[in-house]
Amino acid sequence: MTSEELLQIAETTVAERKEFDYELNVCMALGCMSQHSDKVKAALTEEVAKSGKRCHVRQTGCIGPCAAGPLVSVGPTGTLYGNVHEDDAEAVVASLGGDPVERLQTHLQHYFEGQHPIVLENSGQIDPEKIDEFIGRGGYLALMQVLTQMTPQEVVEQISRSGLRGRGGGGYPTGLKWGTVAKAVGAQKYVICNGDEGDPGAFMDRSVLESNPQRVIEGMAIAAYAVGATKGYVYVRAEYPLAISRLTVSLREARRRGFLGSGICGTTFAFDIEIRIGAGAFVCGEETALIASIEGLRGQPRSRPPYPAVSGLWGSPTLINNVETFANVAPILRNGPEWYSNIGTAKSKGTKVFALTGKIANTGLIEVPMGMTLRQIIFEIGGGIPGGHKFKAVQTGGPSGGCIPEQHLDLPVSYESLIDAGSMMGSGGMIVMDDTSCMVNVARYFMEFCMSESCGKCIPCRTGTAQMFNLLTKICNGEATHADLDLLVDLCDVVKNTSLCGLGMTAPNPVLSTLRYFKDEYLAHIENQHCPAGVCACGSRVVAAEEVMA
Amino acid sequence: MSPAAANTTIDVKTLVIDGVDVSARADQTVLEVARENNIFIPTLCHLDGLSDFGACRLCLVEVKGSPKLLPACVLKVQEGMEIVTKSDRLLHYRQTILELLFAERNHVCSVCVVNGHCELQSMAQSQGVTHVRLPYRNPQLPVDASHERFVADHNRCILCTRCVRVCSEIEGAHVWDVMGRGIDSMVITDLMQPWGESTCTRCGKCVNVCPTGALFDKSKVGSAHPKYPDFVPYLNMMRECQ
Repeated sequence: MTSEELLQIAETTVAERKEFDYELNVCMALGCMSQHSDKVKAALTEEVAKSGKRCHVRQTGCIGPCAAGPLVSVGPTGTLYGNVHEDDAEAVVASLGGDPVERLQTHLQHYFEGQHPIVLENSGQIDPEKIDEFIGRGGYLALMQVLTQMTPQEVVEQISRSGLRGRGGGGYPTGLKWGTVAKAVGAQKYVICNGDEGDPGAFMDRSVLESNPQRVIEGMAIAAYAVGATKGYVYVRAEYPLAISRLTVSLREARRRGFLGSGICGTTFAFDIEIRIGAGAFVCGEETALIASIEGLRGQPRSRPPYPAVSGLWGSPTLINNVETFANVAPILRNGPEWYSNIGTAKSKGTKVFALTGKIANTGLIEVPMGMTLRQIIFEIGGGIPGGHKFKAVQTGGPSGGCIPEQHLDLPVSYESLIDAGSMMGSGGMIVMDDTSCMVNVARYFMEFCMSESCGKCIPCRTGTAQMFNLLTKICNGEATHADLDLLVDLCDVVKNTSLCGLGMTAPNPVLSTLRYFKDEYLAHIENQHCPAGVCACGSRVVAAEEVMA
Repeated sequence: MSPAAANTTIDVKTLVIDGVDVSARADQTVLEVARENNIFIPTLCHLDGLSDFGACRLCLVEVKGSPKLLPACVLKVQEGMEIVTKSDRLLHYRQTILELLFAERNHVCSVCVVNGHCELQSMAQSQGVTHVRLPYRNPQLPVDASHERFVADHNRCILCTRCVRVCSEIEGAHVWDVMGRGIDSMVITDLMQPWGESTCTRCGKCVNVCPTGALFDKSKVGSAHPKYPDFVPYLNMMRECQ
């Protein structure tokens, strides 16, 4: 593959696209697939053939507002249809060239207006299984450019200058990590993509892998060139079968086009990627546990240092980045680090993909610039709380994060600001809660998650989470005393400071953050055996009259 | 100096542990250096001669300049390190970790075969654990007495994995391993076969390194049951000599 050939493929793809008068892009990511968008696509294909219109029906990745699925976007007008059923196919195809079908139209201008798609720029636009469509939208240009015009040091330097930070949650500067692995001495080096996304309510990595897997492969190849690796692994959890199948197809396609294997882009650079499927352990998202799992061992973390950058997979220097981090690499190199660092806040650059879930009108996947306030994300993009309920808190960072209450809604989202508010960025799950959620019960839920996902290696996490879960259950049942609460706080401190890995260290966060902002709810359970939200079955809870009527 | 000569030079570091200036080889851990200098750091999962696991968290120490507490058993020495091994905070954490262990399974010293010879028991005494604030979980756990010589009593197991490591690293049999995760973790023989039906070589190393009464010798039930875990470094040394 030379750059001329790459350009030719891109031009051919664009020309092919122009042969059609219309296009119907059907979302075939997991959210819409669960609503039978595959049947919608089949029905649309059939109707188009019957009508004789020059229309291309395409499967695409995630379009965004999952709650309105199955989604079909119409080109070139840009009309977005939601809740499309296979019976609607006839009406949709008939409307091509005329007025859109009013009853199917979604009115989600606000949802898209504030967004800034970089990672998701191709999501919902291309067929994720067709490499040429990706090339047609500038794919693999960055890899070509890097391999033919830049030294590895220049690549690391560009990534450092862009200010990109790890999107898996920790926010470690990506350029620094790459530089460390590049400097590490070793005959063999590895690049690993961490796709073991396990936070409740998070589906960013899954969507990226389902919607634009080539972008991740391109990012990994660039990283491999920058650090001197020849072998890569994508670690995906077994719960993501669609992502695994799309990735498998994409790896094959990338090899066919010569972007993986030996002699990539006509240079001497060689790199290939294998998929490793996780067996369903949350702790395998921790980098040392993930490495152990790839090695075929029990997925348990080990003490760091040595860090994987020095001694990782099979003792070799290893670069581990999250799916979203790799997906940011190509655009940075294509548009320059300054372009990227102009987006976002002083310390948190670029954009972040969030999965909006919970009590929110527009459940779905969004990508916003860093520094946008939580209020804008939840009330403008997310469309606010449905059913006339009142906003109570937003949970970010999964089981490692915390709940942020209303008084902090104007907080600009960045790594630092969320930590100051007692939560963390995490991988990007945002669970919105309204006045029907009991915060003690939420803390109990996350503690149960940490308890059952603890690997059992270190004592504080293994037994501490179980003890904390029992104490929280006691509080929820209205059987706890103030002494139990003190013990809970003490255990939080011990588990946070003595656990071996990040899972244990952050397990107390949901308790600590709810205690910080919603202590009155804890006290109501303890002192009055009353759950203010009416969720917990406390002893003396009086059932409201309207509930009896209902 | 030629490169070959540089390689043979022993790299020596100096550091401060509890206010005492000490010297160490660059490949030593803080725990090793502390013990050489008669500074006691409590440990349970560590055993001289076995690989380090870093799981019991009792050997956590404060390192100046590090926001996190670090485990001494795997912490390599560095020039100018300042380490504190005893503080009110560390003592509280160590006591709570021991309390968590006592509340996790059924550690009833008065009816345990190794009463008086138990590392967990003596550790609790040395750390001043007078009572357990946490509710006991009282799990129902099996006792495997299928082996002709030994018994595995899971009620007493603290999951230090010394048995797993000694069986794999010293005996080379790898009969023991860990099953399940989190609070449901359990040491098992082979693929959870009864110990008596497993591929066990009957060497008894696991019984001698077990810090509690989880693994014990049938012939010593009801009497004093001292354990002799010190054979491991000796065995390693003899093997290296060959």
